[in-house]
Amino acid sequence: MPPLRPLHLAAEIGGPPRYDPAHYTGLARLAEHGALDFVTLGDSFARPGPDALAVLSRVAPATRRIGLVPTVTTTHTEPFHVSSAVATLDWVSRGRAGWSVDVSTTGAEARLFGRRPAAPAADLWREAGEAADVGARLWDSWEDDAEIRDAATGRFVDRDKLHHVDFEGAAFSVRGPAIVPRPPQGRPVTVVDGTADPARETAARHADVVLVRATTPERTAEIRDDVHRRAAAHGRDLGTLRVLAALTVDLGDAESPPEPGLESGPPLAGHGTYYRGGPVDLADLITQWHRAGAVDGFHLTPITPERDLERIVNGTVALLQHRSLFRTFYPGGTLREHLGLARPANRYALQGEPA
Amino acid sequence: MTTAPKQLHLAAHFPGVNNTTVWADPRSRSQIEFSSFEHLARTAERGLFDFFFLAEGLRLREHNGRIHDLDVVGRPESLTVLAALAAVTDRLGLAATVNATFNEPYELARRLATLDHLSAGRAGWNVVTSSDAFTGENFRRGGYLDRADRYTRAAEFVATARGLWDSWTPDGTPRPFAHHGPHFSVEGEFTVPRSPQGHPVVIQAGDSPEGREFAASTADVVFTRHGTLDAGRAFYADVKGRLAAYGREPDDLKIMPGVGVVLGDTDAEAQERAAGIRRQQVSPQNAILALEQVWGRDLSSYDPEGPLPESDPDPASALVQGRVRVADPLAVAARWRELSRQKGLSIRQTVIEATGRQSFVGSPSTVAAELAGYVAAGAADGFVLVPHLTPGGLDDFVDLVVPLLQERGVFRTAYTGSTLRSHLGLAEPVWKG
Ligand SMILES: Cc1cc2nc3c(=O)[nH]c(=O)nc-3n(C[C@H](O)[C@H](O)[C@H](O)COP(=O)(O)O)c2cc1C
Repeated sequence: MPPLRPLHLAAEIGGPPRYDPAHYTGLARLAEHGALDFVTLGDSFARPGPDALAVLSRVAPATRRIGLVPTVTTTHTEPFHVSSAVATLDWVSRGRAGWSVDVSTTGAEARLFGRRPAAPAADLWREAGEAADVGARLWDSWEDDAEIRDAATGRFVDRDKLHHVDFEGAAFSVRGPAIVPRPPQGRPVTVVDGTADPARETAARHADVVLVRATTPERTAEIRDDVHRRAAAHGRDLGTLRVLAALTVDLGDAESPPEPGLESGPPLAGHGTYYRGGPVDLADLITQWHRAGAVDGFHLTPITPERDLERIVNGTVALLQHRSLFRTFYPGGTLREHLGLARPANRYALQGEPA
Repeated sequence: MTTAPKQLHLAAHFPGVNNTTVWADPRSRSQIEFSSFEHLARTAERGLFDFFFLAEGLRLREHNGRIHDLDVVGRPESLTVLAALAAVTDRLGLAATVNATFNEPYELARRLATLDHLSAGRAGWNVVTSSDAFTGENFRRGGYLDRADRYTRAAEFVATARGLWDSWTPDGTPRPFAHHGPHFSVEGEFTVPRSPQGHPVVIQAGDSPEGREFAASTADVVFTRHGTLDAGRAFYADVKGRLAAYGREPDDLKIMPGVGVVLGDTDAEAQERAAGIRRQQVSPQNAILALEQVWGRDLSSYDPEGPLPESDPDPASALVQGRVRVADPLAVAARWRELSRQKGLSIRQTVIEATGRQSFVGSPSTVAAELAGYVAAGAADGFVLVPHLTPGGLDDFVDLVVPLLQERGVFRTAYTGSTLRSHLGLAEPVWKG
């Protein structure tokens, strides 16, 4: 049997809308206590709730190690602003930022902006791919050593290390360079839910972490293989990609007999795969799927974060740690380090090197 | 009968990207790392300031088609930094400059309302309208707007944002919102409840007659460059005089010029220090650049310690991009030549004299007296302090000048409220459901 790859764990901390920062800080600290790789906070322009990126920025100084991954939509937003905000989250968290790329397909969202009608998901995911692409270029548009503070010549930056990105896509163009210097991780971590077909190509091409929602380890492995095939076709090294199974979990009924297995719970509209049972059985399920080699880890969405996240951390995660399947501390400081992903080389710096 | 002296308001401008920051000073630290923002914000809060202020630039400046490399470049995105600062401050207002031209009202109103919740009512928004094709190259819609259209878009933008902020009832129920105007069409339900101070505070910076009118009709605070006593009084009277037409009282709008402060043990020592700072701000390279900005052509062969060019500027040129444009280059050139001739100044000395921002220079007691004097004389309601050092540039002011202002009875000795509106003495906006 090949050695097991390290297990990665992440959790969503959104639930019913809350506007009080202490609520989110408490949940993120709890997840950090369990040494989880990252927390996500879902977002949409058309349902009650605060701006997720701002919330996780507010959480950043109140936490030390945990990765912070807000949902950021690309349909009605400016890619230049989005890339600046995500890079800034990386600066304020000292290298713990990611963004979960999403699109706005509904007419309700379109009417809030009044700029364009609702569009098919496939088109919007192509556009999201462009947003991810230009974001990565803008993050590279400052070489790491562009700031020189050379008092002798009066130059603050070496302008040869700042680059126009000159991005021309189907949906927009951006000249660049970024206004924000290259963030601590080089590029914040890009997360895409690759379950649905229109999103999968964008996930395979641009994501560092791909989420997959499926009901069995076999089906999950199939989707993962498809993501890998597509990523390889784009010339990507598969070692730069993590695939996490996405599960919605309800640990509210831990006292009653456990109902392991995924088909056992009632399906929740819009939430895909759903697990209901006790924290110990969830640990067993995670162990099983991970042993089967289906995924690199799990992204868990507790249906009631205040209650279920506590059970995940103190029950499920504690057990996985006890079984030596999950780390008990953070060996590194950045989200990329938690995920075992290298800091990406700067494409422009490479170009600049003599042949 | 004596009346209590007029209270002054203080805000702190973060000394990152701008040509006043002295980055070559050995005490100068990062303009991008969070620790710098935290230090300056905590200093301002220790000094009981009304708010902390961040400027914005959406394209790196260019000169002759090449990126400007002489001043500090690179800044984080304002609202994201302020959300993080909300975690390490308790009372300080947190104000971001955000352009009305390159944003959409629904998204920005939501981000501002979120910041207001995350900070328990401390958010402020400096609405700027700068727009040009150069900056527009970073955005989907290109973004060039006529001077006149910029302010009609900004006014409709702010009105739409306020409508969204009012669309939840005070008891927390969302109600449908619809706005259809020449610039925006917004329909649906806002996702954030009414914010803890009613609405985030609206600040305006822009000096044209349209800008002043926009401020009088719309803003809670004006951030201006009119720093000298006479110019300040004229500006103050003009803008306050425009309020009545909108049914507003003079106190509904606070006027706060951006000013530098240089302190010394004695006035003479402070003067000497200020001159040294100006020499650092206007390096020989920066002097030639400032000249090229007015003259509109390559003057790199000129000696910064020599005389100004005899020939006239080319007003049509766009040599420098991404900076507020020189309004009338011919007039500016004439003024600079006159100054240089009268005082026998070199190019660099002329630029140093002609481009200085208003600064209060002197011992702590001199500076405290002058600041209070400006407010008493009707030249300002307070000041946005623009330090020249990141991030320690306010340490001395807070330690040495604030106590003197308190002794004079012109500045608070403790925060009396918790929201930015309460610091500014502004009423909560009446809910217009
Ligand atoms: C004190 C002051 C500060 C300003 N700060 C900014 C800024 O940070 N970002 C920006 O894009 N424009 C800034 N501006 C530019 C104004 O928003 C405005 O676009 C410009 O002054 C031209 O408008 P006007 O013709 O009304 O003066 C500032 C202006 C003033 C007076």
